[in-house]
Amino acid sequence: MTTRVNLVLPALLLLAALLALTVGPDGVSLGLLADAFAGADPAASIILLDIRLPRIIAAALVGAALGLCGAALQALTRNPLAEPGILGVSAAATLGATLTLYFGLAAVLSWALPLGAIGGALLVTALLASAAVRTQGMASLILIGVGLSSLCGAVMALILNFAPNPFSLSDLINWTLGSVANRSLADVATTAPLILIGCALLASQRANLSLLSLGEAAAVAHGLDARRTRIAVIAGTGIATGAAVALAGAVGFVGIVAPHLVRPWTRHDPGRTLLPSAWLGALLLVLADLLVRLLPTQNELRLGVVAALAGAPIFTMIVLRRGRTGHD
Amino acid sequence: MTEPLILDGLTVHAGGKTLLAGVSTTLAPGEFTAVVGPNGAGKSTLLRALAGIVPAQGSMRLGDTDLRALRSIERARRIAWLPQSHELAWDMRVADMVALGRFAYGATPGRLGAADRAAVAQAMETAGCTALADRSVTSLSGGEQALACLARVLAADTPVLLADEPAAALDPANQYRALETLTDLARSGRTVVAVLHDLSLVAQFADAILWLGRGRLVAHGPATRNAFAHHVPALFGREPAFAEDGSNALYFRRA
Repeated sequence: MTTRVNLVLPALLLLAALLALTVGPDGVSLGLLADAFAGADPAASIILLDIRLPRIIAAALVGAALGLCGAALQALTRNPLAEPGILGVSAAATLGATLTLYFGLAAVLSWALPLGAIGGALLVTALLASAAVRTQGMASLILIGVGLSSLCGAVMALILNFAPNPFSLSDLINWTLGSVANRSLADVATTAPLILIGCALLASQRANLSLLSLGEAAAVAHGLDARRTRIAVIAGTGIATGAAVALAGAVGFVGIVAPHLVRPWTRHDPGRTLLPSAWLGALLLVLADLLVRLLPTQNELRLGVVAALAGAPIFTMIVLRRGRTGHD
Repeated sequence: MTEPLILDGLTVHAGGKTLLAGVSTTLAPGEFTAVVGPNGAGKSTLLRALAGIVPAQGSMRLGDTDLRALRSIERARRIAWLPQSHELAWDMRVADMVALGRFAYGATPGRLGAADRAAVAQAMETAGCTALADRSVTSLSGGEQALACLARVLAADTPVLLADEPAAALDPANQYRALETLTDLARSGRTVVAVLHDLSLVAQFADAILWLGRGRLVAHGPATRNAFAHHVPALFGREPAFAEDGSNALYFRRA
């Protein structure tokens, strides 16, 4: 069944990407796709290759990174509510990114913003992982995450407060809302390798994360190198989430919703949940971005806003269901 | 599978306290050794130190192999540990959870070789939980979970098996089944060490007893009536009564 879900989800993602390429205010028919890619129709080429394609790839990369990070964090903490957004990892990455914007580093060095985002994400993930070792309770870890998220939010508010001009303020606010609009292929090319490195690191922990479902002590007795696993998941989550935030700003809830939805098809095995969560995360964000583009709103809705509007009720539903049944 | 487990000065410190102080003894292969002592005597700590879960000082060898020098995966091929409580986080299928016992051989629930599949099936058969294979672990009763976890540990197919209160969550029939299984494993040449609180079970199943008190090894010897008569009052402060059939079966009378 896991194999099937790993075939069906990429196929659906491909279909969604084709749909997103061809649907929009200036619709481009499937027939024109080939012309656009061949450069025969300059207008279609600009719409497809410079506007739609980068944002589709960005949405897919960010969705895959967040889905995978959510699944890996949940497996590491043995907690179905763990996710980069809820645990404050995204907020810390956003703070790291805005700090580079605020101090003007991002304008001077193209790598400053991704590095700032990754640094913030790594710091908070490491704090959370050390807290997860000391606290057994699911609620305490979530509360620590909420606390860290609030702290990052407070520092963000401070930075916004001291923003030198309205343009800086607008730039800074962009990172808090999350969007893949107006991303170029160059933006994607800068962050994609980092996202892929982070994802590869997480995927390499597949077997270890399955074993961790027994609890750390039993997993260690069965041969797990717990320290190395923890470091790999922290580094993978920090790099992938940080790079995803550098590309799209903060987009929440994908990391909790994607693993939750795929688990019935992966026999609830944390290791086998990783890859399908990445596929579904990518699919969800490509579709959400398509929705954002098609909704007839005066200003384009931000992707992060749509993800939160759709994800928060699902998060609440999971908490309520866990309260009733005691498990996921 | 016939190498003795040799401990020399095994010591565990945690939180400024000494939980285990200089335990030196040799656990023979082919024997079922019960670890007996009052609460807080260091019984579970001894097993956790042997399984590599808590850091320990002193020497631990399996024959000529220094266990402390082994990588975690190599150690897990030699020593399996059945914990006292089972923390099963996800709704995994029982067969998949048991398959996690094959981790040290490079297997995962989604990638099992023929040898792994055979070991998992055999372990579930031995533990008596084959019928539970397709159930989700969180839907099991405490006793069923204990049997499934025993199967997982058996799937690891190690020469040394450590069990921390393997009978605690089980009904009498399953208690005897689990202990008969452990005894059979010892008879097949494995070193089986189990923490047991029920002294009547110890009396019936154990070949040898490791008596622990306040983190120290009080004695290690055969499970004889004399050993019970001597160590039980000293460690537990109560006189045991013995069955009149001459066996080791013992019980306590209320004060």
